[in-house]
Amino acid sequence: MRNYIIRRLLYAIPTLIGISILVFAITRLAPGDPVRLYTFGALNITEEDIAGLRTHWGLDKPLPLQYVDWVTLAIQGDFGRSLQYNRPALPLLLERLPATLQLATVALVLQLTIGIPLGVIAALKRGTWIDNVIRVFAVAGHAIPTFWIGLLFIILFAVTLRWLPSQGLLTVGHDVWDIPDRVTHIIMPAFVLALGGIANYSRYLRTETLDVISQDYIRTAHAKGLRERRVVYVHALRNALIPMVTALGPLLAVLVGGALVIEQVFTWPGVGQFTYAAARSKDYPVIMAGVMVASALLVISYLIRDIAYAIVDPRIKVR
Amino acid sequence: MAAVTAPAVRPADLAQRKVAAGLWENAWYRLRRDRLTIASAVILFTLVILSVSAPLLGERVFNTNEFSQDLLKTYRQPTLDPPKYLFGSDELGRSQVLRLLYGGQVSLFIGFVAAFMNITIGVGLGLVAGYMRGAIDDVITWFVTTLNSVPTIFLLIIFSALFSPSALLLTVVIGVLFWTGVTNFVRGQTFALREREFITAARTIGASSTRIMIRHILPNVLPLIFVLMAIDVGTIILVESALSYLGLGVPPGTPSWGSMLTNAASYFSRAPWLVVPPGAAIFLTVLCLYLIGDGLRDALDPRLKQG
Repeated sequence: MRNYIIRRLLYAIPTLIGISILVFAITRLAPGDPVRLYTFGALNITEEDIAGLRTHWGLDKPLPLQYVDWVTLAIQGDFGRSLQYNRPALPLLLERLPATLQLATVALVLQLTIGIPLGVIAALKRGTWIDNVIRVFAVAGHAIPTFWIGLLFIILFAVTLRWLPSQGLLTVGHDVWDIPDRVTHIIMPAFVLALGGIANYSRYLRTETLDVISQDYIRTAHAKGLRERRVVYVHALRNALIPMVTALGPLLAVLVGGALVIEQVFTWPGVGQFTYAAARSKDYPVIMAGVMVASALLVISYLIRDIAYAIVDPRIKVR
Repeated sequence: MAAVTAPAVRPADLAQRKVAAGLWENAWYRLRRDRLTIASAVILFTLVILSVSAPLLGERVFNTNEFSQDLLKTYRQPTLDPPKYLFGSDELGRSQVLRLLYGGQVSLFIGFVAAFMNITIGVGLGLVAGYMRGAIDDVITWFVTTLNSVPTIFLLIIFSALFSPSALLLTVVIGVLFWTGVTNFVRGQTFALREREFITAARTIGASSTRIMIRHILPNVLPLIFVLMAIDVGTIILVESALSYLGLGVPPGTPSWGSMLTNAASYFSRAPWLVVPPGAAIFLTVLCLYLIGDGLRDALDPRLKQG
């Protein structure tokens, strides 16, 4: 197991190198000269000053060298200073990380606690109207644009019914540990973010459960005279859940990526919203740090998934 | 999956073929009985026709165009009189129904063209990786893992914000970003197929690698590619509308479903009806595409049919 984890960690390195090249390329190939942008409107600036700034920031070096310089600093957590806030970019982003993690975690919990029972119920009630409703929902939940459903929820629950707040982490002026207040704030964005995953899990688990309950050992369990409930929860569900761990991968990607859009709709002060704002104002250091943080989140999620899979299914062999 | 390659056709084979229906005939036979899929296809086709004929409809039916403003008729509620306010008017008095149809053109164009690019790249790289294996496979897999580990929406937002791309450039960028799923699928299939006897047979008679990949492996993978394509188009439409909603999709001014929703959110208190049609249009289009994908899969490979 320890060897597996170490090897899996080593696999993450080429991936992170690839991502860093991609991020570097996009930002450096973008039109517009950062030095001209920085000095725009400055009076009394000479061509010599501009050349000096270029040398100062290392922008006169060939691109591969610039990349090496950037990566060397980035590994040490130094992505440069935000052009907007004039503070180091990484700490600025890390301040927003807890909000995103909260949102993603609550959404993941909702996905599992709603999606899994839906899938099992659909499989056990196969062919009935309950099954049909759940199956329609499983496709519809994927096809619905999250930002639209978010808007509709805001209109319904926040504007019309006034049950839930429409934005932010907590009510301004409230204590950060005011848990009920925080719950009312997170419930809408987390549910909207979870929607696709709920649909996915219910669909996936329905297929898996149907597959498992047609196996011989389930018939044996029935033949032994075990109660239906015991057969379903102890024998069937446990095995149906194993492949679910692999389904976690793409869902985590949706959580990290989708969070950006949802954070925007619900004005949730997370990494996604901050990176989006930085992209709009061309704050390069924050943009680069933002993509790297989001990608690192994803790489770590995949890592956790693989380790979880190895724990759940000991038959797994490492390539 | 049935192997559909026939190296040499003898008269006896031809006689047999008249009796045994091929993969596509069987699939069509099953598809015709699948009402949900047929209904989705009809709805999607209607949406495509309506969007394509938007200029004509604007001229003949609605007597307006997608940019024409009427500041005396802002925030009109949905009405049939005149027909151009079927879905109401926005803060500039523009016809929402017509803008919706033009938005459909944008979404459908980006969806289909980018998905076609994805499929082409994905199938090509998947075939090569799966058939050649070794170093080439490693490089392609590295590419796939890397792209899968960056939240694509982050890349798109940054690209859009820094480059302010035209609709066409945006299509191309989406087209070169979303192929990893297809590659994984085709690569896996190719891995399995290359060990089959008919591939060994083809190799024995001296067929080149290119020929084997294109003539022998591709036809076996192709049917399910159509399934992936339908789902891919839907996903891309969702991504594009989210980008446009964030103000980073197609250039401002061009009517698009996403940007119509941004607008609807800003003027919600004055005109709550604006928020429904664009979202419903995205939802309906994507739903149809996903249902068609599901139906196609069931028809092409009944063993996979769920339930």
